[in-house]
Amino acid sequence: MTAEVALVVVEPGIATTIQDDGRHGLAHLGVPPAGAVDPALARLLNRLVGNRTGAALFETAGGLVVEARRAVTVATSRHAAPLVLRPGERVAMPPGGDRQWHYLAVRGGIDTRPVLGSRSHDTLSGLGATALSTGIGVSIGEEPGEPVADITPIVPVGDVARIGRGPRLEWFDGDPLGALTARPLTVVASSRVGVRLRGAVLVRVRSDELASEGLVRGAIQVPPDGDPIMMLADHPTTGGYPVVAVVHPDDVATVAQHLEGTSIRFRL
Amino acid sequence: MGEHAVLVEDPPGGPAAWSRGVRTCDLPDVVDVVPAAHTVLVRWTAGAPRESLLDALRSISPVAVDRHAPELVVPVRYDGPDLDSVATVTGLPTDQVVELHSGATYEVAFCGFAPGFGYLTGLPDRLHLPRRATPRTTVPAGSVAIAAGYAAVYPGASPGGWHVLGATHLTLFDPGREPPALLAPGVRVRFEPT
Repeated sequence: MTAEVALVVVEPGIATTIQDDGRHGLAHLGVPPAGAVDPALARLLNRLVGNRTGAALFETAGGLVVEARRAVTVATSRHAAPLVLRPGERVAMPPGGDRQWHYLAVRGGIDTRPVLGSRSHDTLSGLGATALSTGIGVSIGEEPGEPVADITPIVPVGDVARIGRGPRLEWFDGDPLGALTARPLTVVASSRVGVRLRGAVLVRVRSDELASEGLVRGAIQVPPDGDPIMMLADHPTTGGYPVVAVVHPDDVATVAQHLEGTSIRFRL
Repeated sequence: MGEHAVLVEDPPGGPAAWSRGVRTCDLPDVVDVVPAAHTVLVRWTAGAPRESLLDALRSISPVAVDRHAPELVVPVRYDGPDLDSVATVTGLPTDQVVELHSGATYEVAFCGFAPGFGYLTGLPDRLHLPRRATPRTTVPAGSVAIAAGYAAVYPGASPGGWHVLGATHLTLFDPGREPPALLAPGVRVRFEPT
């Protein structure tokens, strides 16, 4: 491990943070799990550069440009194969493409000081924040023993996500799961905290307040104004809006990777 | 609550004691045990045997709080912006508000809202008030406050709708410290006027 700078941020891009597997086991203290929004994609890119799957990497909604200060190997969701960067060479992550969240993994893993056991930046509480403005340098960890892959095989983002019943289904009139699965829902807003979806009319039968209760990534909460919100990596540990359904853990990223304005289909 | 979690409502002994019971059992694969006002969320790792976990949870016994554990004493400067309005609304002189608040022994029932934000039970009935009609956009870190039958201390500056009675210099949440949160579920607390 070296404190020497390996990569420098040239352009921070949009919503760029450092993430790893997240901070688990501290929800009872009010600490969100954080971690990569698309953990499978992050794990894949880490494996491709020979890292252990929980190594810290860059997550960005696009626009990130980094420059190597020494020879580094990177794999990104925007390049067809891992790249070796010589000092002075840059790699750019254009936004969009086929997904909302992109990743840049570097061989050795990004080496920042862990906070509560994780290098993830939780944007809700601010835990683990690392300023990533132009000129900021990051160091990387020790060279791992595993080899680097020859290509970066990225699976396209799916169109369908599985949901199961949530704990407060009975708070809603009619057939709320039917309403969620009848037609595709449109992503109207998206952040690391949650994804707001429009297109399902969910009518409450109870107007009393729900005492806050524990939440999980993938839980779909329904606020009074009606547009359901799927909890994501930086979700609050408890919430007072009834959870009508929960997205299957393996399909949460499918929803989260949908760009604003695009639609996702839920199925039971 | 999805594939890898369950939300238990009104568990035997109440959420605080039941969640202690779950933790005491130290079930393998359990990642989070999150008490709240009426529920406990239990989350486990992917691939864990769901049915045997649910069976184990069905036979959990509540565990009472340890009354011999040391109490956390929170020193408080009782000069908060809502001390006078709380006195007015409750019909009590301010020094009696202070006496009532600092004379009680509290227990952290659960956390939420922000890292280290504990909801404390044990607030005397005469100090039970709804939240402020208009929340503040910023409440300073260390603010000692009450609302909806609970007492709390804001670990960091944040928006807040509780009635602020005073302030403490204690650092309620420090990720670099062990334990990171002074107000974890089960901790018994007293407030002491300084």
